[in-house]
Amino acid sequence: MARFNLKKFSLFNCLNAVLLTLLSVLTLYPFWYVIMASLTTDTEAARDIFFLLPVKPSLSAYKMVFSTSSILTAYRNTLFVTTVGTALSLVLTALTAYPLSRRRLRGGKILTLLIYFTMLFSGGMIPTFLVVKSLGLYDSLWALILPKAVTVYNLLLMLSFFKSIPESLEESASIEGANDLMILFQIIIPLSMPIFATMILFYAVAYWNAWFDAVLYISKSTRYPLQLVLREIVQQVDLSYVGGGGSDVTMSDMTIQSVRMATIVVAILPIMVVYPFLQKYFVKGVMIGAVKA
Amino acid sequence: MRQYTQRLLKHVKRDRYLYLMLIPGLLFFVIFKYIPMYGIVIAFQDFKIGTGILGSRWVGFAHFIKFFSSDDFGRIFYNTVVISFYKLLIGFPIPILFAILLNELRSIAFKRTVQTIAYLPHFISWVVIGNLVVILLAPETGLLSNIVRSLTGVQVNVLTDPRYFRGVLVGADIWKDMGWSAIVYLAALTGVDPALYEAADIDGATRGQKMWRITLPEIRNVIIIMLILKVGHILDAGFEQVMIMSNPMVNSVAEIIDTYVYKVGMQQAQFSYSTAVNLFKSVIGLMMVLLVNTISKRWED
Repeated sequence: MARFNLKKFSLFNCLNAVLLTLLSVLTLYPFWYVIMASLTTDTEAARDIFFLLPVKPSLSAYKMVFSTSSILTAYRNTLFVTTVGTALSLVLTALTAYPLSRRRLRGGKILTLLIYFTMLFSGGMIPTFLVVKSLGLYDSLWALILPKAVTVYNLLLMLSFFKSIPESLEESASIEGANDLMILFQIIIPLSMPIFATMILFYAVAYWNAWFDAVLYISKSTRYPLQLVLREIVQQVDLSYVGGGGSDVTMSDMTIQSVRMATIVVAILPIMVVYPFLQKYFVKGVMIGAVKA
Repeated sequence: MRQYTQRLLKHVKRDRYLYLMLIPGLLFFVIFKYIPMYGIVIAFQDFKIGTGILGSRWVGFAHFIKFFSSDDFGRIFYNTVVISFYKLLIGFPIPILFAILLNELRSIAFKRTVQTIAYLPHFISWVVIGNLVVILLAPETGLLSNIVRSLTGVQVNVLTDPRYFRGVLVGADIWKDMGWSAIVYLAALTGVDPALYEAADIDGATRGQKMWRITLPEIRNVIIIMLILKVGHILDAGFEQVMIMSNPMVNSVAEIIDTYVYKVGMQQAQFSYSTAVNLFKSVIGLMMVLLVNTISKRWED
């Protein structure tokens, strides 16, 4: 495994490894702390503890989370928005990026420029809000999907990926009588799995983490996405902190605390589970984009 | 002319499937991007929802004049630029340093692990991170504030203290995106020719010399381009982050243009005034980005 080379075993290497390990710990620690705290509901133990391991572990906070109807509804809403939204975004982005990546397409350059322009300049919050409202999307979960169905940055990433596929491949296919739709689905898409994985991660994370569009477009509590509910729970808990007052943490406060921790865990778990598997793809995808951009 | 039209028609016919594919995406951009751009005209009106854009009274630049002459203008403009500037000053060099240190690691497996961990916070929402920050920094219960208190004996609530709050914003931002921002530098570092280092080894260069004389100059172009791009977005001080992390007690130092647009627009329903403020920001932002794009193109050549 580790080849030990005395010459390279210098003080710098040691310090560097220690520093980067510390940084990693610093990055992971808050997550670890929250997970451990969510498993600890014991008042005495919960104070002044670093939570390297749970004290008297119990799943009662999770039972509470999963029996709270507002959280369950929110989870369902977020699942819907994330799955439907990601699928729609993927299709729309691919369908738009592919034609624009073909050099022979008349008007392609101008259209790309017009799309790029929306990244630099936008109508802003109120005009967009008015459009969404006039479409009858207010208080609909579609308001959390449609207005951001295509992200220009993602579109440009995909575009540059498609451009990197040699055109000779499709030329031979079109000589054999395949039309552009067949070429896209039978030749281009099978070659594009790395960029699709990247897109799925980026879009899914954006939908899953979205908070502010729900603040703008959703007022019915049965349509709240997870992040909005998480924020509300937290604000209830935080009222006591922000004033800096109330030094006694009561039992019920502690229960709220662990429920809050459990809700956070539930909210980040899907990302933490999926992310490592898609990671090898997106680094490549982002690098391609960074080089082209 | 006729020939031209004929050729055009032939091309359109040849590429009909490509044009068909474009329709849904183009519709999206028209409806959700270009129609709102037209909606900007309400910045020059006294817009009421009931009367609509066509029926509302035109007021010219009245909302802009009101904004520039209000006390809010100076404060939120200053806050926006200052928060951005701190994020740039401290947050910009750290990913470069991080990438260089990561690049010096000998063990590939260790390097991968650190990278995987470092990118993770980028994918976590500001709602969650705002929570983590409160959990760690709240007085009485927060872990970090307890450590600080036991070390110094002083109890500070950095979340509600205007003196420290911007620091909290900058710190959380760095924690979230340090690893992610390093990707582009790591990509540049893999492009550095190993022969350069080998030659330096023969000349007996120390590690520090190699970093300073080879690594940094080799990725200098990337650094400068990233810096230019960041400067172009100086008015984007982090809308969601500030919305989530700020509270009334730190408003004086944390209210930025974007949060102000939301406050006056959605909470106080001053649609026209809010759109005017937003337009002011968008126009300056656009000019900055176009300017820095020109500069960075020059630099590349």
